[in-house]
Amino acid sequence: MADVVSPNGHPTPVPTVQPEVKPFWDGTAEGKLLLPKCTGCESLIWFPRPFCPACGSLDVEWIEASGQGTIYSYTVNRRGAGDLPEYKDPVPYVLAYVELAEGPRIMTNIVDCDVESVRIGQAVSLVFHDTGQGTALPRFRPA
Amino acid sequence: MSIRGKAYIVGSYEHPDRVIPDKSVSQIHAEVCRGALIDAGLSFSDVDGLFYTGQLNMGGTALSDYLGLTNVQYLDTTMTGGSSPVFQIGHAAAAIAMGKCKIALVSLAARPKSERPVRGAPNPEASFEQVFGTNTISMYALAAQRHMYEFGTTSEQLAWVKVAASQHAQYNPHALLQKVVTVEDVLNSRLLADPLHLLDTCVVTDSGGAVVVASPEIARDLKRTNCKILGQSEAPKHQNNGKIDLTYTGARWSGPRAFAEAGVTPRDVDYASIYDSFTITVVETLEDLGFCEKGRGGPFVADGGLLAKGGRLPVNTDGGGLCNNHPGMGGMMKVLEAVRQMEGRAHPELQVQDCQIALVHGTGGSLGTRMGSSTLILGQEDA
Ligand SMILES: [Zn+2]
Repeated sequence: MADVVSPNGHPTPVPTVQPEVKPFWDGTAEGKLLLPKCTGCESLIWFPRPFCPACGSLDVEWIEASGQGTIYSYTVNRRGAGDLPEYKDPVPYVLAYVELAEGPRIMTNIVDCDVESVRIGQAVSLVFHDTGQGTALPRFRPA
Repeated sequence: MSIRGKAYIVGSYEHPDRVIPDKSVSQIHAEVCRGALIDAGLSFSDVDGLFYTGQLNMGGTALSDYLGLTNVQYLDTTMTGGSSPVFQIGHAAAAIAMGKCKIALVSLAARPKSERPVRGAPNPEASFEQVFGTNTISMYALAAQRHMYEFGTTSEQLAWVKVAASQHAQYNPHALLQKVVTVEDVLNSRLLADPLHLLDTCVVTDSGGAVVVASPEIARDLKRTNCKILGQSEAPKHQNNGKIDLTYTGARWSGPRAFAEAGVTPRDVDYASIYDSFTITVVETLEDLGFCEKGRGGPFVADGGLLAKGGRLPVNTDGGGLCNNHPGMGGMMKVLEAVRQMEGRAHPELQVQDCQIALVHGTGGSLGTRMGSSTLILGQEDA
């Protein structure tokens, strides 16, 4: 479990919830980062979908990630013009891939830090930013 | 079964303009298709294969309608972003080799500078990416950052890709940017997404281009200098179920297969058009194609490595997407400059002497994450 907090100035677009991954997004509202795990070959699946790219199975269970990880890569986006309109405000923000302790490398933001201090390999931990619409975005801050 | 020698590029044309506020994309298609057919010595009624890339809805049929084509029996609207035309040249050669068509028109037109492209509904994965503020440059920046971390690649080395492109673009009167820049200019330009600067990014233009691909019999009868298609291969690369690796591209797979089909090696390549959406795109691609060891792309491009004169490998002598022409999707422009080099029609200052083998590599989508790679190898008629 991780804290679900107010986004505190970070743009927090409401994700489109595809019906087959509603368990993932329901989990975020409760502070849980749920990963689909194939019940056949036991692979962890990312991005979430009830389909196993490793073996083709449609049967998955949802397991809770520890919320610990390290930064695989990052960039400070200084142009502030993301694909979504919520990101047109030119405040530098950190876009990153974090490697979860469980293995998958997932796209996220690094928050609650000086953007100039972020480094590859840095240990980070999970925090959720509430969208106010029954979902929350999984982000990470320095551990 | 191979496409080697089964099809030839017999005509090509690049739109001269880079900002086109007063013409539709269909009209740009029409102008470049006409130009390529005139270059080939053929007419619209000869066309029996159509390969379309651009911004139209139902683009293949819409373009067939606009051009008034009535003999099309093979239609391809492959969409892998900017690399699409490089896929399609291979598909055209395969279709011709199979006897599905004889004269294929491959056309690209787009005007992202004058008209913001309309995007369809986002794919399901967007909910796990776009919400965090992705944009094109940041996706490439993530790859550059990791490449630097693993291999010690530097911003100075990346800057050399732009410097070489600008050195070439000064001779291209159509290039959007014709001013020569230095490594310092690149490093002093605005940092947009670490480690990529403004001058690490391609230009955005309105433009188009087309080529005609034809059977050996047609090519022979045209009595012109034609490029023989020696080989082509392609590969998507993606997140691989959370095991993403940003340090390599689909060229790792498409390159060796294309070389094998062509019967040549990287050492045989006299000229290369390498997709250059960003400077890092070129560095990773050159490594994956085997022009240098993995991780040594930085030293390979540094100190004028890509210059037509005195470089290790002449790359993008038209000025590339970084300086010349990148209408959102630049794969066609990569083909066009390779054809010019093979036909001896590159700028005299940049023409590669005795250019026997040219390579074209297209990269579409995001570097290392969800992308389409295609490698095409061209040879002289007696290759
Ligand atoms: Zn499985």
